Amino acid sequence: MAEIPKEEYILPTTSACAGCSSSLCLRYILKASGPDTVLVIPACCTSVIQGMYPKTAVNVPVYNIAFAAAAACASGMSAAFRALGKKTNVIVYAGDGGTVDIGLQSLSGAFERETDFLYICYDNEAYGNTGMQRSGATPVGARTTTTPAGKAHPRKDIEQIVEAHRPPYVATACSAYPTDLFSKVRKALSLPGSKFIHLLAPCPTGWRFPPGKTIEMGKLAVKTGMWILYEREYGKLAISAPSKAAMAKPLPLSDYLSPQGRFKGITPGQVQELQREIVERRDRLLREAA
Amino acid sequence: MHTIATGNRGVAEAVREAKPGVVAAYPITPQTEIVELIAQYVAQGTMQATYIPVESEHSAMAACIGASATGIRTFTATSSQGLLYMHEMLHWAAGARLPIVMANVNRAVAPPWNVWADHTDALSQRDTGWLQVYVATAQEAYDTMLMAFRIAEHEDVLLPVMVNLDGFILSHTMQPLETTPAGDFIPPLSLPHAINTKDPAAYSPLTGPEYYFGFRWEIERSMRDARQVIREVEDAFAAKFGRRYGPAEEYRMEDAEVVIVAMGTLGREAQVAVDRLRQEGIPAGAIRLRWFRPFARLDLAGREVVVIDRDYSFGFGGVLASSLRATAPCNPYSVIAGLGGQEVTYADIAGFVRQRKPGGEFWFGVENHGDV
Amino acid sequence: MFEIRIHSRGGQGGVTAARLIALAAFYDGKQATATPFYGAERRGAPIVAFVRICDTIIRTCCQVKEPDLVVVLDPTLLSTVNVLKGLAPGGTVLLNSPHPVPLDGYRVVTADLTGTALVLDLVIAGSPVLDTSVLGVLAKIGVISLDSAKRAIAENFADPRNVTAAEKAFAEVAV
Repeated sequence: MAEIPKEEYILPTTSACAGCSSSLCLRYILKASGPDTVLVIPACCTSVIQGMYPKTAVNVPVYNIAFAAAAACASGMSAAFRALGKKTNVIVYAGDGGTVDIGLQSLSGAFERETDFLYICYDNEAYGNTGMQRSGATPVGARTTTTPAGKAHPRKDIEQIVEAHRPPYVATACSAYPTDLFSKVRKALSLPGSKFIHLLAPCPTGWRFPPGKTIEMGKLAVKTGMWILYEREYGKLAISAPSKAAMAKPLPLSDYLSPQGRFKGITPGQVQELQREIVERRDRLLREAA
Repeated sequence: MHTIATGNRGVAEAVREAKPGVVAAYPITPQTEIVELIAQYVAQGTMQATYIPVESEHSAMAACIGASATGIRTFTATSSQGLLYMHEMLHWAAGARLPIVMANVNRAVAPPWNVWADHTDALSQRDTGWLQVYVATAQEAYDTMLMAFRIAEHEDVLLPVMVNLDGFILSHTMQPLETTPAGDFIPPLSLPHAINTKDPAAYSPLTGPEYYFGFRWEIERSMRDARQVIREVEDAFAAKFGRRYGPAEEYRMEDAEVVIVAMGTLGREAQVAVDRLRQEGIPAGAIRLRWFRPFARLDLAGREVVVIDRDYSFGFGGVLASSLRATAPCNPYSVIAGLGGQEVTYADIAGFVRQRKPGGEFWFGVENHGDV
Repeated sequence: MFEIRIHSRGGQGGVTAARLIALAAFYDGKQATATPFYGAERRGAPIVAFVRICDTIIRTCCQVKEPDLVVVLDPTLLSTVNVLKGLAPGGTVLLNSPHPVPLDGYRVVTADLTGTALVLDLVIAGSPVLDTSVLGVLAKIGVISLDSAKRAIAENFADPRNVTAAEKAFAEVAV
């Protein structure tokens, strides 16, 4: 595996919450992409984390854009760079709300047109920037400010939605496994066309666990099977090592649910639903890998 | 090329001449011919642009913003519902100071569904920071599109420009069109704030109350400077191509005592009405207002004014009449006519003049609409 | 100003005919405009198109209310649309028909445009091409010159049978 460069592109003055997954991830993403990169950022936590005018904590160009429009903006930008003969990496860095809900149309359009860009959805399973309202990525049973009794519906499977566009590369990652994220970004940027990385970003503020436990929560997500690490290159599936281990010997789901305040009061029926999703997802991927 | 062509074709031919690097657009009646022609030119190789067939108008403007931010020349076109759908991004394009040029084929706003000519679509965008101009012939559409790129990209402007043409009446009507080559009329674009990975910056970041208003003032400052730039570009166009345009087109105004003011094709229809009225001994004149943003300064002192609005701002009044009342200033007879493609002939317009009452408002075709 | 109203159904070429007539008039050195009027774009619906020809600049763009000439490309429209509306008494109607159809009080010029198209096998997507041959009739009536009609057609249609259709219609029609 390639050595991780020392150069930092996130300067030490972000406005992130203590224990934020996003700023950790962005460090590794930009180390992987290098300086010839533009980040396209719709409304999300990172709109604030990057800092306020006249300062910025990010040492590559950041193009902030409206909530629904990141992938469309990237489409135009990528086409323009290629027309100018430039190889500049265009990377959308968007939250789950801006991807799965309001941004879904432009994401689908960009992928259907095989836009040459990388779309990274960092997912904290709620609208973090506006105070933790539910999104289409919020799991069933989770408490948010707009689902105070726990979300009634299961979350959208954005990976399968993106995979339906048959892109060259789809992968999942997690802030608790930064070197895995690094190599997946490197791999994605080496391929032409539209690439997607779904990045679990445990959020102490939204999920209600102590800020020091962010990495632990990410590891629990993977070890219980709530989050499966894999990549698909031209449709060919490869399950990442931590998830292979988790599939063989998963930790009980309660290990993941009980430390999080957002799952307090989750009903046994909703726990069963989450368990069913874990098993369905695992079985589907194992069948395919076989 | 000198031929008979539609207003839409006039736009497409001018865009080809202007050589944008990226066109991102979504089809909507009655704009479709513009994007179809551009797609054809690109496929044939007579136009070297990347054409992005986006999945919505909101995405069209977002894609144009992304492209324009790199410093490349950018174009799109839309109408009505499409323009409304991209409203949020119109504000973004102007605020991001991007010289995007867009053709808007004026069409009524739903509901109810109506595909015919109406100015409510563009006029409801008048606060977005876009320059707005209204054309009335295929030739003017061609010429104004060329000028639009040069105006938008001028270092004292760097604001997007919307060129409006009436749906069907102009977009689909075939008229004489001479597509004179632009030559060096439009200089290459040099965007001062183009994205540069060697000199990274954050674009449109979170900006606090102590700074935000400064950026809004900058937009207005450029909008004011644009008046002079427009004048210079129109002078340069006249010098090179022999066709002269201004903030408004005046017709038989020298000794006019009553003036008809309108925009788009109604402005030309009004000229025919003036000829009829003159035959009856009524000293009428017509002003076809072209530049709506920055708003053309008209001097209507000492004249009676009849304004035709192909639009309405509910609870307030016709947008053109209200604008003139405030700026000309005058106390116009405000006629609301042509909404949703309502047929308005020169005979009807002559009738508006004959029945005028200062300060009155008249909804053509509506019986008994009471006092204003 | 000479004003023409063309009645047809969607897909029959009424709009194209209007454009070609305007183009031919333009090549004759005249000012000309052509405007279609239609609703949602679909085949088979009645369509109206207007042509104006003038020596001076044409400023009006409203619909033609009092045509000098009415062209009817589809004879079935006679029973469904008031094609004669606004035509002055004694005005001319150019009708696509294999046999004469008298219209009281009007001068009717009939031309078998469909027949001409079929004889030349000038059929596209099942529809006989009417919009090129009709220019031959207009030239015979004197609205445009035959040379300009042929030039307008040749510039817009690669298939030379379109010019032939106009020449044939010019030769055969009795005005």
